[in-house]
Amino acid sequence: MSVAILREGDYLIAAILSDLTDKEVVELRGELIAMVGRYRSRGLVIDVSALDVIDSFVARALRSIVLTVRLRGAHTVIAGIQPDVAIALVQFRLNLGPLRAALDLDAARALLDQLTGGEAEDGR
Amino acid sequence: MADEVRVVIADDADLVTARAEARAMAERLGFPRPDPTLIATAISEIARNIVVHSGGGEIVLKPFEDANRYGLVVIATDAGPGIRDVEAALRDDYSGRGGLGLGLPGARRLMDEFDLVSDAENGTTVTMKKWRYRDELARLREERSRRA
Repeated sequence: MSVAILREGDYLIAAILSDLTDKEVVELRGELIAMVGRYRSRGLVIDVSALDVIDSFVARALRSIVLTVRLRGAHTVIAGIQPDVAIALVQFRLNLGPLRAALDLDAARALLDQLTGGEAEDGR
Repeated sequence: MADEVRVVIADDADLVTARAEARAMAERLGFPRPDPTLIATAISEIARNIVVHSGGGEIVLKPFEDANRYGLVVIATDAGPGIRDVEAALRDDYSGRGGLGLGLPGARRLMDEFDLVSDAENGTTVTMKKWRYRDELARLREERSRRA
């Protein structure tokens, strides 16, 4: 699958490297949810800057990852939505309510620090 | 002028091809940003509808032009069971089998023209167009001649 997943301390960084099929999107969702539990991650960044189309299926999958990962105790930030993709998402009128987004990876890490900062460290 | 492109839609891997072909043709025809992305997104939705609801079909991308405009026509056909209630399928809150209710109305909003014909015998045909005036002057002239 063309997704690179890295561990960075308490965070997982998943960078989508090329357009994905629907099946790969569903696999990615399962894998990320499992990894958040396995590594006790407190934050997840999904870098979508390589995607030049985010249609309703992918948007819904992202939304579902955000909500599921939240129930596993971690926050998600979507990084790098391209400007044209942002325009398409708005025109499409998808419900992206629970999504937190940041301009790039650095901004996403900073936002995660904010989101997870108020919670107790687990002492590791 | 670029030739038409035909993409066979049989499974979800073909959506990747359809999106890439749509973007390539939109860029070749000179569509400014963000149009290639809007067109590729609309085609992705229509292609997925074919995979989920009918099992197979095809999408034809064709350039068109008239005196003042250039554009892209998308014709998506399948031989599936047809959509029973077309009006409902185009409503925002509708969610047919597979829960893809958002796909069609969303695609319609991204394009300039959208037409859907469906019946049980012939399946479903979606025709969508995105067009651009060659220049602002041509647009104004056309609007004036329409009013006259």
